[in-house]
Amino acid sequence: MNTLVSAVSLLAVLGVIFGLGLALAARKLAVEEDPRIDEVEALLPGANCGACGYPGCRGMAEAIVNGTAAVNGCPVNKDATPIAKVMGVEFAAPQKRLVAKVRCGGGKAEAKERFTYAGVRDCAAAQQLLGGPKVCEFGCLGEGTCASVCPFDAITMSENGLPVVEEEKCTACGICVKSCPRQLIALLPAGDPVTVLCLNKNKGPEVRQACQVGCIGCGICVKQCQQNAITVTDYLASIDPELCTACGACITKCPTKAIKGKVEELGKAVS
Amino acid sequence: MFLKTFRKGIHLPGHKGLTSSLPIEILPSPQQVVLPLSQHIGAPAEPLVSVGDQVLLGQKIAEAQGMVSAPLHASVAGKIIAIEPRPHVCGKMVTAIVIENNRTDEWAPEIFPRHLDPERAESDEVREIMKEAGLVGMGGAAFPTHVKYNLSPDQPIDYVILNGAECEPFLTCDHRLMVEKPDRIVFGLRVMLRAAGASKGYIVIEENKPDAIAALNRAVQGYPIEVVPVKAKYPQGEERMIIYAATRRVVPVGALPAAVGVIVNNVATAFALAEFIQSGRPLISRIITVTGNGINQPKNLEVRIGTLLEDVLNYCGGFKGNPGRIILGGPLTGSAQYRLDLPIMKGTSGILVQTEAETPKTAPSVCIRCGKCVDACPFNLLPNFLGLYCEHDQIDKAEAYGVLDCRECGSCAYVCPARRPLTQMFKNTKNKIIAAKRKTS
Repeated sequence: MNTLVSAVSLLAVLGVIFGLGLALAARKLAVEEDPRIDEVEALLPGANCGACGYPGCRGMAEAIVNGTAAVNGCPVNKDATPIAKVMGVEFAAPQKRLVAKVRCGGGKAEAKERFTYAGVRDCAAAQQLLGGPKVCEFGCLGEGTCASVCPFDAITMSENGLPVVEEEKCTACGICVKSCPRQLIALLPAGDPVTVLCLNKNKGPEVRQACQVGCIGCGICVKQCQQNAITVTDYLASIDPELCTACGACITKCPTKAIKGKVEELGKAVS
Repeated sequence: MFLKTFRKGIHLPGHKGLTSSLPIEILPSPQQVVLPLSQHIGAPAEPLVSVGDQVLLGQKIAEAQGMVSAPLHASVAGKIIAIEPRPHVCGKMVTAIVIENNRTDEWAPEIFPRHLDPERAESDEVREIMKEAGLVGMGGAAFPTHVKYNLSPDQPIDYVILNGAECEPFLTCDHRLMVEKPDRIVFGLRVMLRAAGASKGYIVIEENKPDAIAALNRAVQGYPIEVVPVKAKYPQGEERMIIYAATRRVVPVGALPAAVGVIVNNVATAFALAEFIQSGRPLISRIITVTGNGINQPKNLEVRIGTLLEDVLNYCGGFKGNPGRIILGGPLTGSAQYRLDLPIMKGTSGILVQTEAETPKTAPSVCIRCGKCVDACPFNLLPNFLGLYCEHDQIDKAEAYGVLDCRECGSCAYVCPARRPLTQMFKNTKNKIIAAKRKTS
């Protein structure tokens, strides 16, 4: 009986002492954390993709709260306004959402190959081997590095050996842009804008030998465009998205079908 | 007999019988030579001539630019018909000087013997000679030779090693050179010893070339040079392997052989040096092996630098059937090519034509964890793990596991039963790491 009482009371006393100690320590050593970090983190996508350059979404949230990163520092986050509200700053959301766009239309069927490549399935590796298997030194190598690095599974390789971006899934994080050894991917406004799907800066005859759908720099599109949105430099056409009204005149007249995109009110704007 | 060698490595079928007993033939000088300005590691040479100029055989037509570079000499006498981008072994178009041969083979007036006493020559003098001769490492890497001898005084050199291992299958150009011109090779080595201030020279040869060992043993009599027969094993001719086999010295990771007091040169480089000193001939031709089962008449040939592949192949009777793969250099470290208008360069050691049957299309599978690559890697790396890290783009882990120490000998990819392109993966990852480092620095 005596043993029981002493053991229980000893434990009780010890419990009180440790409890007091812990309570004191908790007060004294408490880490003050800005509650906004949790709030901001909750508003971030939570995919921990790392595209922002910080270690995951928590790192991004800390950086935003510390003021070292902008409220729209997350390239994936579609709307930074709630975060701006938490931080108490003004923020105007950009007008258009961006998505990745592969600016090459020369797949297996269109672009000629110089030799058969049978090595590592990686575009940078293919590029190192004599500059890549394709005749065109600007076009897509088709080994699918962009598809494999995409953290959101937004890119798949088509049967024709070209990457296809699903605009719904794409968050414009820009990881694929960095992974492409030929810098073919750019972040352009969503909705499939009218774009020249070619980056070949060679002269027309050389392009024709390399690829059926390459831009030959003929300038027909420049004449067609009512908005003067198209310019040709280095035998390569480029369209200013600010000026383009997606009338589609250039698409129909391009002799190599190098220009593609979604046309609004086809025929109406041209006439 | 106990033979010197290194640990690990692989045993390859040599395939040297195709050409090892064939004497070196001289390829008639071609109608046209294409001399790329970049035939060596380092800055491209700067042309000294312009289109329309007449040049004589051996005339210097391009000067070395910057610290690491080598000059270029006309390999035929004739007229410069173009200085323009031409196809290069690297796959890109590189500026080259094209000379139309006038078939006179008239030597330039500056070609004369140097009367250099190898026992009394000055180091600077020899370095200047190496540079004037346009010498580069002729084993394949084409590193300018005079830069190798640009030593700091606190790094004394004890040994100069001549690499006559020729461990790559099929190639026999160095073998034939050692059998036919041993005296010139030894003369070249004596000059190199003097240039490096080294006390002893080694000529390292794989034991499967007994005639070369015998010929050089006769030639080295009376000189502080030892012929070292080593085991026939791949990659015996790799710089670090050959240093270990001959001297038991281990070159630290990331250091040059000079750090352990050794310089390694190819036997063909020593021969070219002796040629320049004794007859004034700069590096305008080299010995190559044209071989493989896809060629009608395999040969050892002396060809002018800049001769196009198609000229060489036509002289050897053309292709036997449909070629499967054309490789410049040896089968393990050479590069496969898809066009025949490429020039033979200073570092080209051979042309290997494989048949279609010899180049089956195999698809790589996943790593089966057999560990054969670990047993093969002569640099004691773990290619199995490295391969997985490279495959999944875990570049930092690959670097931690020493992917930068890989010298791309190809042993791991050769033994891999899953046919994984390990060497290519490592090369790719190494380039990514180096590019990232260059960006940050």
